[in-house]
Amino acid sequence: MIWNRKAECMSAEEKEELQLRRLQEVVKLAYENVNYYKKRFKDLNVHPDDIETLDDLKKLPFTTKTDLRDAYPFGMFAVPRDEIVEVHTTSGTTGKPTVSGYTQKDLDIWGEVMARTLTMAGASKKDLIQNCYGYGLFTGGLGVHYGAQKIGATVIPISAGNTQRQIQIMQDFGSTILTCTPSYALYLSEVLQNQGVEPEEISLKSGVFGAEMWTEEMREEIENRFNISALNVYGLTEIIGPGVAQECTKKSGLHIFDDHFYPEIIDPENLKTLPHGEKGELVLTTLTREGMPIIRFRTRDITTLRQEKCECGRTHIKMDRITGRSDDMLKIRGVIVFPSQIERAILNIKGLEPHYQIIVTQPHHLDELEVQVEASNILFSDEVKHIEDVKKNIEDHIHDEIGLRVNVTLVEPQSLPRSNGKAVRVIDRRNL
Amino acid sequence: MKLKQISVFLENRKGRLWKALNVLSEAKINIRALSIADTSEFGILRMIVPQPNKAINILEENNFVVKINDVIAVAVPDEPGGLDRILGILNKSDINVEYLYAFVEKKGEQAMVVLKTEDIDAGIKELKDGNITILSTEEIYNL
Repeated sequence: MIWNRKAECMSAEEKEELQLRRLQEVVKLAYENVNYYKKRFKDLNVHPDDIETLDDLKKLPFTTKTDLRDAYPFGMFAVPRDEIVEVHTTSGTTGKPTVSGYTQKDLDIWGEVMARTLTMAGASKKDLIQNCYGYGLFTGGLGVHYGAQKIGATVIPISAGNTQRQIQIMQDFGSTILTCTPSYALYLSEVLQNQGVEPEEISLKSGVFGAEMWTEEMREEIENRFNISALNVYGLTEIIGPGVAQECTKKSGLHIFDDHFYPEIIDPENLKTLPHGEKGELVLTTLTREGMPIIRFRTRDITTLRQEKCECGRTHIKMDRITGRSDDMLKIRGVIVFPSQIERAILNIKGLEPHYQIIVTQPHHLDELEVQVEASNILFSDEVKHIEDVKKNIEDHIHDEIGLRVNVTLVEPQSLPRSNGKAVRVIDRRNL
Repeated sequence: MKLKQISVFLENRKGRLWKALNVLSEAKINIRALSIADTSEFGILRMIVPQPNKAINILEENNFVVKINDVIAVAVPDEPGGLDRILGILNKSDINVEYLYAFVEKKGEQAMVVLKTEDIDAGIKELKDGNITILSTEEIYNL
């Protein structure tokens, strides 16, 4: 099913024309109404009139998280504050939060892209969407909510947390689509399993999971445990919230809604634009947002863009699953390591629980990586040598993946922290 | 005659051994024999208890990882050279002993030892052929 066939299956020529027209408009809007952009454009000696082709986007300055933070709270708004009908913020875990302001038209666009997103996961008017993304300043809850309402589906605004109630409602109401972070989905499935609830006893058919990085292996795990189709959603508060891109059931990359968000890939070191097919940092420009237009936002997310035909019929450009962040990438003894690589290695081993924690220390001026993994019945034995073999096997798998020796520690089941929101996977104890 | 042993994974962390034993104590499960294998990172608590299945359930409910497996219990003359004779039999038959530990209690004038051979059946056969008394589950549980 396709929500908006005209927009989602547009021909390449038609789309480029639309993108260019919208880009010119949004650049003008930003330049004329946001002091920050006017100043940055002038510093670089560029003017909105210089945008004659899509390629000219390269001439424009980047917007970073720091820039948005400096404009706290309302400095990036391109309309008078009373035109803004809703605000959201980032969690602010890495400093002052960033504020995102929406006009009514922006909210309509958000609802539109989220309707496309949920439709990709098979949602229609008939569905019951159990929305466990947090409601509030976080964009996850309301983003899904607006999309679900646009479709006319029944939304259960249960928000995050209270796992017992989640399970009760899932069973009693017969929820058909689950929306939450992938780590929470895993946790829910674990609790269901512990309570002896079989996948047949729940009515879920699919899930829209995002707001944190996850892997193919984790997808398989979630799909098997719930017997559902687990799809990846991508988005960020600075751009709009969830609904920037979504996987269709072909699961061959996420379709970026490129009639509203224009993607580029850059080399995070030298900031040069990279061609499609190459891996780098995703940069996004909003094409239609009026309350807070954002030009060339550096997402820090590492991915690859692919302009290829999708069997589903959509012509949106696709991006690969996010494989890391240019800022939470770890540098261990000079080697670049993404937590997702370690997760992939762990999930490749049969019998391992997908719960782990990475601890980085520097005991003797040299980085040490410890990976804590929960022991399970399948791994355990009454013999020391057997357990040491298991430990070594995990270490070898991780070594194959990242090229570094790590120390694996088996810990008792349920001893690693579970989270309702974003899982804390890395503890860096180095004094960097 | 094989005897059931339960093993518990213990993280090398303060209070974990106590917690495991406390769980069993609360369930009124008496431990007949016990040994701990420890490494720098983890430990394995091995035990002989009269109600192994009950013990496993209660430990698993408390989030412990537990395994059950077969071991051999033998009666050893409580005198110098008692154990030497038993191990000699296994050595002569080329049977590898993984680990061994003793019961606190005695059976008459005999001491009791739990041992795990790589091949349990072969171990039992050789010991029997060597006229060593292998204790039955009932004998152990009714001590």
